[in-house]
Amino acid sequence: MDSRTSEVRVASAKIVVAGGFGVGKTTFVGAVSEIDPLTTEAVMTAASHGVDDLTAVPDKVATTVAMDFGRISLGPDLILYLFGTPGQNRFWFMWDDLCRGAIGAVVLVDTRRLADCFSAIDYFDDARLPYVIGVNAFHGQQPHVIDDVREALAVPAHVPVIPCDARDRDSVKAVLIQLVRHSMAKLAVA
Amino acid sequence: MNADGSSPFVRPYAVTGGRTESYARLAIEALVSTTGRGREVMHTLVPEYEAVCRLCADLKSVAEIAAMLGVPLGVAEVIVGDLAEYGLVVVEPTDGDAGPDIQLLERVLSGLQNL
Repeated sequence: MDSRTSEVRVASAKIVVAGGFGVGKTTFVGAVSEIDPLTTEAVMTAASHGVDDLTAVPDKVATTVAMDFGRISLGPDLILYLFGTPGQNRFWFMWDDLCRGAIGAVVLVDTRRLADCFSAIDYFDDARLPYVIGVNAFHGQQPHVIDDVREALAVPAHVPVIPCDARDRDSVKAVLIQLVRHSMAKLAVA
Repeated sequence: MNADGSSPFVRPYAVTGGRTESYARLAIEALVSTTGRGREVMHTLVPEYEAVCRLCADLKSVAEIAAMLGVPLGVAEVIVGDLAEYGLVVVEPTDGDAGPDIQLLERVLSGLQNL
């Protein structure tokens, strides 16, 4: 039975990347992924899932939810996947699948459209999934902006709010490292 | 929709007999590899099942299988579940509801730092 191809037992882990439409989730994933981000689709029908928002959709009509993801090999025995979430609120059922077993989430925000990420933050708070806030395309000219973002989002003091550039590999890496540290800290108190 | 008006999803669902729920839910990041037996018999399988066995000669996640085959996640889960049941692929266990333990987090952290 156990005549598998590889001798080493390889483990996988995942991190969720959330945020509003057009905030740079796929750019963020692509900056560190060793493959061009792939797109996968989940098909749902109004009949098979009890999602209220879809009651207006006629029977038998399938809705396709797409998400982009990337892959990072962290040594010979560990693969990290980064999954961008489908943005719309009505796809919460997919977020449950996405978030089950995840290390945590990066919530990418655009300072011009802060409200776009409120629902993601609410979801992660409810799901008790560790998360950090990545403030995208913020170039550090106005240090008070980070404090303003924290205040506007009303995230707890222990949640890191990190300026980042989703196009820049090192910047994305730094955000992921902070998230893993944050998850480790949460695990330690739990 | 395809040019002939049919849905591009008809064929994969036909292959899985209309099932979109596997006997056990697979995590999207679960890693799948083809067994020796899988490699022996894959040429006898229907195209979609053979394609999964070929892809997973090198370790792939359920999400990658779906993306590379161009089928919805639910369909990839069913195919992998069937292949696993017959011992043609092995699915590595994942962390489930509890989330990753501290040892895995430490490995991820040092992996990212060394990237």
